[in-house]
Amino acid sequence: MRMPDPEQGIIARRAEIARALNAIVPGEGVIWDDDELRVYESDGLTAYRQAPLIVVLPETTEQVSRVLAYCQAAGVKVVPRGAGTSLSGGALPLADGVLLAMAKFNRILDIDFDNRCAVVEPGVTNLGITQAVEHAGFYYAPDPSSQIACTIGGNVAENAGGVHCLKYGLTTNNLLGLEMVLIDGTVLTLGGKHLDSEGYDLLGLMTGSEGLLGVVTEVTVRLLRKPETARAVLLGFPSAEQAGDCVAAIIGAGIVPGGMEMMDRLAIHAADDFVQAGYPRDVEALLIVELDGPRVEVDDLISRVTGIAEAHGATTSRVSNSEAERDAFWAGRKAAFPAIGRISPDYYCMDGTIPRHKLPIVLERMREMSEKYGLRVANVFHAGDGNLHPLILYDANEPGELERTEEFGAEILKLCVEVGGVLTGEHGVGVEKRDLMGAMFTETDLKHQQRVKCAFDPDALLNPGKMFPELHRCAELGRIHVSGGKLPFPDLPRF
Amino acid sequence: MSTTFKPENADQVVEAVAWAAAEAQPLEILGRGSKRGFGRPVQAAHGIDVSGLTGITLYEPQELVLSARAGTPLAEIEAALEDAHQQLAFEPADLGPLLGAGVGQGSIGGMLACNLSGPRRIKAGAARDHFLGVHAVSGRGEAFKSGGRVVKNVTGYDMCKLLAGSHGTLAVLTDVTVKVMPAPEKTRTVLLLGLDDAGALAAMTQALQSAHEVSAAAHLPASIAAGSAVSYVAGAGAAVTVLRVEGPGPSVAYRCAALRKDLSDLAGSEELHSMNSTALWRELRDVAPFVGPPERPLWRISVPPQEGPRVAAEIVGSLGAAYFYDWGGGLIWLALPGPDESASDGAAADAGAGVVRAALGAAGGHAMLVRAPEALRAAVPVFQPQDPAMAALTTRVKDGFDPKRVLNPGRMYAGV
Ligand SMILES: Cc1cc2nc3c(=O)[nH]c(=O)nc-3n(C[C@H](O)[C@H](O)[C@H](O)COP(=O)(O)OP(=O)(O)OC[C@H]3O[C@@H](n4cnc5c(N)ncnc54)[C@H](O)[C@@H]3O)c2cc1C
Repeated sequence: MRMPDPEQGIIARRAEIARALNAIVPGEGVIWDDDELRVYESDGLTAYRQAPLIVVLPETTEQVSRVLAYCQAAGVKVVPRGAGTSLSGGALPLADGVLLAMAKFNRILDIDFDNRCAVVEPGVTNLGITQAVEHAGFYYAPDPSSQIACTIGGNVAENAGGVHCLKYGLTTNNLLGLEMVLIDGTVLTLGGKHLDSEGYDLLGLMTGSEGLLGVVTEVTVRLLRKPETARAVLLGFPSAEQAGDCVAAIIGAGIVPGGMEMMDRLAIHAADDFVQAGYPRDVEALLIVELDGPRVEVDDLISRVTGIAEAHGATTSRVSNSEAERDAFWAGRKAAFPAIGRISPDYYCMDGTIPRHKLPIVLERMREMSEKYGLRVANVFHAGDGNLHPLILYDANEPGELERTEEFGAEILKLCVEVGGVLTGEHGVGVEKRDLMGAMFTETDLKHQQRVKCAFDPDALLNPGKMFPELHRCAELGRIHVSGGKLPFPDLPRF
Repeated sequence: MSTTFKPENADQVVEAVAWAAAEAQPLEILGRGSKRGFGRPVQAAHGIDVSGLTGITLYEPQELVLSARAGTPLAEIEAALEDAHQQLAFEPADLGPLLGAGVGQGSIGGMLACNLSGPRRIKAGAARDHFLGVHAVSGRGEAFKSGGRVVKNVTGYDMCKLLAGSHGTLAVLTDVTVKVMPAPEKTRTVLLLGLDDAGALAAMTQALQSAHEVSAAAHLPASIAAGSAVSYVAGAGAAVTVLRVEGPGPSVAYRCAALRKDLSDLAGSEELHSMNSTALWRELRDVAPFVGPPERPLWRISVPPQEGPRVAAEIVGSLGAAYFYDWGGGLIWLALPGPDESASDGAAADAGAGVVRAALGAAGGHAMLVRAPEALRAAVPVFQPQDPAMAALTTRVKDGFDPKRVLNPGRMYAGV
């Protein structure tokens, strides 16, 4: 993975830059001791490592504003970081860049049940929000599997999802407002406790912008009332195709489950071995369908879902009759990643989305690739929304295996695009999928995206090297290429 | 010479916009014209009419996606969805009648460009939350795309969000993909009678905080309720607070009963079944109470729900307006007296903008002047005025897409 060449002039000025930053964020809020920097050298995509030039841990919006303004004036790059759980290398540091770690922004500022929202600092963990409101029967809906660790700021930057997002939406659908700081130090407030934006939807644009447009310093999230009840059905199928058809039939019947997850044979076995989930071991595909809402509704839908599953050849069908049983159904799915980690020295988690009905083709082609590359692959799948997580099993100590794994992964993602899907459903582009953007977008598409970047960060100092395969200079992007003032379209109807 | 281009495909849109950019000739974008009076008047000698870009190009009910050319009538899309028992969950309003056009004339592109959402906004999200993919032509005369046809996608910036609600000032939409959802099997509405604004807010809040999945909550002061076409509402002889419950039959019956019981201390209640419910919510969605003389200024005010009654009271105190609440108190539709009625002179000069925006105060929120005579919409900030930093960023975003200011210039803000 090629990152922008570090600027030696900046690296040489490290002490001076650190002192200037220390004048803004005093004491231990600035770190530049090499040993201490190593803690920050990677995020959840551990294949890539790079210690930052300096780490800054601001505590107030004003400090963030002054740090960014300083960095812009001094021409220093900045990489924002939450908990560092990104799986796409979004928070990978730069040798010549400041890592702006938001860990100290960890306060819940306002819980407003009447307006059904909470205002929190970006370093609060995803689960921390729910924990702060669950005593009153509320929760924050998006629930990435990393929710005990990942921060809401990182969730905003990656537009994180979770197993419940078919029904309850991704991060972007559950935000009301942000406070953010531009690279020039300007503090902006987007949205608030009211709905919809007053001008351009910059709140929507910021969500999923991977730390390239601004630094989030405050987040207003929607709170939802916990459903009265939730029950899950565990379904086993002799083939992935049947499981996929069953998913389509459930949605076709007008049912939108709270969660609908699929696992393939390798994932089922690994998870079952790990946590003794009691999963059927003789099936090719396992579906967990969770229905939530009022009890009468859930009971009714459960029986409809089991009926549909039977009609689609389910060989196992179990309904949870208690919270303990429901948790047990989920235990294996929730432990799927570490379970794979147990049977392989390393694994690489991919994240493409496909139109759901393409699942059989995609799985078949993945089997062929698996043979070609000589690497095993296990699949967990947010089946309701077509978001596929193939886990490629490899051993980083075997020379060349990481490279083969990355090639395999890239081929899977290109396949997702080929069948009408996209490169990433929830983990973000980061450095990982940066060079694949051309598989999905034309040069013109990417230039339009980069002009958005120019509006926010004209010197490309925020998180460079992420998302875009090539950064064009804003001056060049701003030029308008005109074909010369002719009216050249004789066939264009006009009145 | 003024020309209106009527492209038949996206390539022709590129041609027309490229010409406009080369010649610095502004274009007004016309979908099907239903919302032409929405926003500030556009100063453009020429037009581009995309009503020729029609047709549903993909509809896969089991994948919950639909793609269509941007000029496709919304009515055509809604009919196709109805056949498969699906819907646009955000309940887009038909503002045609309100703005002096006919019923059912809007296009899907126009709806998305204005980010129109109805009463279900509070539960299902806005139009922007269902906008999955787009092909568009920017003011540079270049075609680009963003998003896709799958419901979960974080590849690159979410340009659909940026384009939703940009009122055609950044790009001409040519093809769009939206997320569609199953339509509810049953709909009922609980009516609470005789509450004042504060009591209604308390009731709506309690309902929306409950586990009963209320999909819409509105409050109609007595004078508004009296004008409803739904006889149970009109005949109540009092203010009516309405709470909608949707879903499978037994669930709906259970939740309605539970809500009525929970709220029985606050007010007496009645229940509307499917037909009447549908009629009532369509009325509120389309702001039927304020369809009337085009000179009568109409405001759409979004505030934190708990601020609704305070904001409304402040405005009514100085302007004598009529209003009702949607979104659990968070949306106020407010109509000023018409010119022949006894409006204060100050209000007539600025359509009440000064009072309305002062009432928002520090609580946050925004007010849009949805309807007013053209001269007023040219003179008064139609959209919530921006602070200098936000205005500067807005201008830079506009520069990126439309440096020559050829697409709907001035529709949202002067110079944008
Ligand atoms: C085991 C595991 C399971 C996971 N499961 C899921 C899942 O189910 N769904 C899912 O969506 N993701 C999942 N992830 C990915 C990851 O947890 C999410 O992307 C999460 O949102 C990252 O949050 P973070 O706080 O760790 O951010 P980081 O990794 O620190 O940063 C992520 C990006 O956000 C930017 N950023 C961070 N904070 C800010 C800020 N305040 N302002 C501006 N930019 C900022 C960074 O620059 C970077 O680009 C998983 C990860 C792991 C390790």
